[in-house]
Amino acid sequence: MAQCHDTVAVLPPPPTSGRAQHVVAIVGPPNSGKSTLFNRLTGLHQKVANFPGVTVEHRMGRTRLEAGRDVYLVDLPGVYSLQPRSEDEKVTHDVLTGQMKDLPRPDAVILILDSTNLGRHLALAAPILSLGLPTLVVLNMADDLDRRGGKVDVQELSRQLGAPVALISASHGTGLHAVTEFLSGSTIGIKPKPPLLALPVIQDVPKTRDWASNIGRRTKYLPPAPPIWTRRLDAIFLHPVMGPIVFLMVVIGVFQTIFAGARPLMDAVQAAIQVSGKWIGGALPDNAFRSLLVDGVWSGVGSVVVFLPQILLLFLFIGILEDSGYLARAALIADRTMAKIGLQGKSFIPLLSAYACAIPAIMATRTIENKRDRIATILIAPFMTCSARLPVYTLVIAAFIPEKPLLGPFFGTRAAALLGLYVLGFLAAVITARLLKSTVLKSARAPFVLEMPPYRLPTLQSIGLRLLDRSRVFLRRAGTVILGVAVILWVLSNLPQHDGKAPEIGHSVVGMIGHAVEPVIRPLGFNWKIGIGLITSLAAREVIIGTLGTIYGIEGTSQSVGLQAALRHDLTPGGAAALLVFFAFAMQCMSTIAVVRRETGGWRWPAIQFAYMTVFAYVFSFLANRLISLWF
Amino acid sequence: MQTDCLIPDEKLSDTDLHMQVDVKKATLAAELAARALTTLKRGEPGILDRIELPEPDARRLMEMGFLPGHTVIPALSAPGGDPRVYQVDGSEIALRGETARHLILR
Repeated sequence: MAQCHDTVAVLPPPPTSGRAQHVVAIVGPPNSGKSTLFNRLTGLHQKVANFPGVTVEHRMGRTRLEAGRDVYLVDLPGVYSLQPRSEDEKVTHDVLTGQMKDLPRPDAVILILDSTNLGRHLALAAPILSLGLPTLVVLNMADDLDRRGGKVDVQELSRQLGAPVALISASHGTGLHAVTEFLSGSTIGIKPKPPLLALPVIQDVPKTRDWASNIGRRTKYLPPAPPIWTRRLDAIFLHPVMGPIVFLMVVIGVFQTIFAGARPLMDAVQAAIQVSGKWIGGALPDNAFRSLLVDGVWSGVGSVVVFLPQILLLFLFIGILEDSGYLARAALIADRTMAKIGLQGKSFIPLLSAYACAIPAIMATRTIENKRDRIATILIAPFMTCSARLPVYTLVIAAFIPEKPLLGPFFGTRAAALLGLYVLGFLAAVITARLLKSTVLKSARAPFVLEMPPYRLPTLQSIGLRLLDRSRVFLRRAGTVILGVAVILWVLSNLPQHDGKAPEIGHSVVGMIGHAVEPVIRPLGFNWKIGIGLITSLAAREVIIGTLGTIYGIEGTSQSVGLQAALRHDLTPGGAAALLVFFAFAMQCMSTIAVVRRETGGWRWPAIQFAYMTVFAYVFSFLANRLISLWF
Repeated sequence: MQTDCLIPDEKLSDTDLHMQVDVKKATLAAELAARALTTLKRGEPGILDRIELPEPDARRLMEMGFLPGHTVIPALSAPGGDPRVYQVDGSEIALRGETARHLILR
């Protein structure tokens, strides 16, 4: 890979003037390994505004050069052209032309292309090179190209394009020195040479593709043999009989693992929180501050942190499915079903991510070009069982459903109940989608175009970084929203004070609020304590656990018995079912409402969505309470 | 296009409307005279002649490799045969039958 070094060395040394920090954008078609390169270069020094979509939201990262200078990298959405047609293309276009708010025009561009599919991918070089920014063309998947017998003359390609070219493997980390060299050399003020072969004047697709073919011929590009392993795996995963079986096994496997597999880890975290809580309680004098810290903060935040292992396992699965390439096959298998509810296979990926969290899912809908399909997907995404519901489900299921084996030792009653709740959310989404697509969001079907990337082994780094990012987001939420709610709740439950003593919970401000809403929720089988939980869970679903922990903790009697016993004491089986159904359907998440507002450009859709989901939740909780109460 | 929708479609220019009408006529004629991509058997190569779809959709397909003059080979499919994966221009791209029907072979 010595030639890459040479091609980069032609760059002049960096000028010392100008801005202190340089911004370099990473651009490339989907599946070119853009995010892998970005992760390689920035490692832990990356951040995503808000909750990240997979590559939809642009990510910013910092890479430190040997000279001790920092370069800022922007990871842009994957695009095939710069025609601002879909939202992804618009974001990329706006950043590269300096029209993006709050982001300066990049000083240079790294264009990353899949070297095993250079013919088609080179077409993106035409609009990128015509931007006139210093550009490094990175040919990724060099190992794959080599193994499958493909070839390209890197020196000649660099001469033809008038830009340095580096042949790398982002997943194996080979050839990266060429990229860091470009980053330290490429800076503002250098006007790049135009390509030897003039860029097509009108950039229509056939002309651009011809230009790319011409470049390919001049650089003696030899496309690699078809990927044998991908063909072999597809023969199984897309087999008419085996395919759907594998698909179902994957879905069931995910659920069983996050429910049963996470158990020991969760027990360990719980034990750690209890021990440390006792230790803190013992070290402090008995006063109001200790009560706030131990009963308010520690039990409130702790009861949510317990669910970190479960959430991480779910993201681990989604990460593996996505990075391995199986997710595209799943979308293909799901397309027929999605078409029946008026959506398309592409909605499947956002909706599957909605099982982790509705926020990245809603951001991932930007890849759906059809506006109505996109809004329909956004509106139904919060019905999918997100990870914030898991803590609530787990608690109530564990409290009310005894564990018995159903289908062998690996699928028990509790896992079945959980799976049932997932199905329930899915059905609500289906009904809503049909309703929307046959009325207000009716539209002609957009052509369904889905690329099947070759299968690849997911890299530890890419999955690890995603898990780390998830934990950060989750813990930050536990540390801010949930902490805030826990403190407010503790204060309100200790007011009004009589003779310097906290009131009985039922007579506190919190108790009064709870009693005030009780008539409304009584038909669902909830008492005023659950009512308080429902109010605080408007901030975020899992907050209800901390709230109930605080309420029952303050009561003192049931602290040792635990939340499960307290719930069994306070809820009938009908009420428990109603609580599960309410959480399955209601839109209790401030962050989701905020992200829907941002993505749909106004308050109209989030307002409609919130009202619809709340009414839906109330009606079905009522029915669930009545139905289950007939049995028990 | 629906007229009772809450979200208006992107305004269609006159040329677009003409194009859509033309496309409808052309599709009918094409199905009679020419072979669509869907008539190919699995593994049987065909050379693409034209895409009988409105401009934005055709453009998108061309970006994915479905360019006139390129060879397309049908490959595996979802259970039931739809959508189907096509090998084209070094990639594997899945299309629904309703779309592939408008890709006309030479």
